[in-house]
Amino acid sequence: MTTLTEVPALPPAAPPVPVNRRRRDIPREIVRILVLIAILTVVLYPLVWMVGSSFKSQTEITSNLNAWPREFTPGNYKVGWTSLGTAFGWFFVNSIVLATLNVFGNAISCLLAAYAFARLRFRLRKVWFAIMIGTLLLPSHVLIIPQYVLFRTFGWVGSIAPLVVPHWLATDAFFVFLMVQFMRGIPRELDEAARIDGCGPYQVFLRIILPLSRPALVTTAIFSFIWTWNEFFRQLVYLGDESEWTVPVALRQFVDSTGQSNVGAMFAMSVLSLLPVFVFFLAFQRLLVEGINTSGIKG
Amino acid sequence: MAMTTASDPVLSQPPVSRAPAKRRGPGKTPRREGLAGYVFLSPWLLGLMGITAIPMLISLYLSFTSYDVFTPWSEVEWVGLENYREMFTTDPSFWASVVVTLKFALIAMPLKLAVALGVALLLNRERRGVGLFRGLFYLPSLLGGSVALALAWVAMFNREGAFNGFLRIFGIEGKPWVFDPDWSLETLMLLAIWQFGAPMVIFLAGLKQIPAELYEAAAVDGASRWRQFWHVTIPMLSPVIFFNLVLETIHGFQGFTSAFILSNGTGGPVDSTLMYTLNLYVKGFHDFEMGYASALAWVFLVAIGVVTVIFFSTGRFWVHYSDADER
Repeated sequence: MTTLTEVPALPPAAPPVPVNRRRRDIPREIVRILVLIAILTVVLYPLVWMVGSSFKSQTEITSNLNAWPREFTPGNYKVGWTSLGTAFGWFFVNSIVLATLNVFGNAISCLLAAYAFARLRFRLRKVWFAIMIGTLLLPSHVLIIPQYVLFRTFGWVGSIAPLVVPHWLATDAFFVFLMVQFMRGIPRELDEAARIDGCGPYQVFLRIILPLSRPALVTTAIFSFIWTWNEFFRQLVYLGDESEWTVPVALRQFVDSTGQSNVGAMFAMSVLSLLPVFVFFLAFQRLLVEGINTSGIKG
Repeated sequence: MAMTTASDPVLSQPPVSRAPAKRRGPGKTPRREGLAGYVFLSPWLLGLMGITAIPMLISLYLSFTSYDVFTPWSEVEWVGLENYREMFTTDPSFWASVVVTLKFALIAMPLKLAVALGVALLLNRERRGVGLFRGLFYLPSLLGGSVALALAWVAMFNREGAFNGFLRIFGIEGKPWVFDPDWSLETLMLLAIWQFGAPMVIFLAGLKQIPAELYEAAAVDGASRWRQFWHVTIPMLSPVIFFNLVLETIHGFQGFTSAFILSNGTGGPVDSTLMYTLNLYVKGFHDFEMGYASALAWVFLVAIGVVTVIFFSTGRFWVHYSDADER
């Protein structure tokens, strides 16, 4: 901010300049909006094409390259739903169960850790905090082999335990960091007032921090859900039987199966699988955008 | 009796008790709070040990063995640096994956950030409708990492895909781009660039922080918009650019899902989409060479560490912090 004051003082003639610029800006403004609309069209086209293709008949997919079908064929959804041995709805149930467990795991465990980092004083706090920040940039793929070996010795491979337990142990450092940042914004006077009234660290957590952290908890919950919903590598590694498959693992089968014959069904199930994320987007758009701003979380 | 002497102010005053008294400082119940700190931190600590630290050590050990999941622990064979030697000298897939990953991270990520910055500049106005645009541009960042989108993307750049439909307007007959080794990685890069919304949102927030007075001052001094961009916007935004660059590059190194779907887990055609993490998957979970895959993982970790260090050490020369004097 100091550089601001170091900028040489302006001569008094300065004010008219912005006014001049604004008048000249009108054609510029039109070009700007047209360019934005053009970019937006390119960006949204794949999604529109995907939805359109999910309603095309098998022959139309190869002949009609336009986004929108000439004739609506909802049959793809019916075929896709039953194209694997298990009904697709079952994979949705598995994904929803997994995502819900992770939402609560992340929200609870990361909030506990964040409260310790943001508000409590204890030995080695700074060391642990530095390690937590260090794990932010640690690529998860580095750990996939030994974690697999470890979970295998526990007999957890082929169950959802390896996909859930880490989230109950606050290993998503992003959320810990997000919540620490958030809690730093809660006035300390509230804690101190509560302490004077006889509250210990546990009551301060329950009565002050927990209720006031709701926005950070909601952001964490939404991102946890979407990330678990989209996550593929781990689910691919740990889920064995078809009855355990989640949506991404099941969708993957469309690559294996005879290829061209199932394209319509593949589009239909892909569109269905994106629907929950899209609904979250519609409902919480503002919150998601603000979430990335405060913490740099990637979508 | 001993307790009374300990709490007696005169007796407990001498040097011995000075240190604890000092540490107590303004806090009221440090011991209780210290214990509470560890109670609240315990899930995280358990995770740090069990999910991160111990597996890292196991991985380091395994990287010196020829471990596959089937041999019992007692019969695991120590091979010393053999895995690392094989990786760097005799395994062609290792170098193929390094080239693919570097290409992906060093070409697609800067392009993604350039698009993100360009669109953010276009959106950086206090107008109605900006929020809607911002939201819609952000949408691909939420959907793009999924298997569903990778499937659609492959279909889109296949022979009968939307991209060839677009080319046909100009009378160009396209090809199945995703199965052409010269183009398959490029289609994955496009998928990554398509998800420019997340860094764009961060850029937009950064642009809002630049004081308008700087632009006014530059305009008074006769600076063109182009010069204003290079001499005001870029320096003032450099911390945000730096942040996005570090995050996106490291993120880019870890691309997996789209490459897996395009190649059905093989990295093909002709290793053209063999991302490093995909190679690691193939070695670990397809060939079950877990020892070798652990060595791959450690090389990956070191490489990412080196890249991060390079970023932070060069960042000093081009990242401009406007509050630097206050530090």
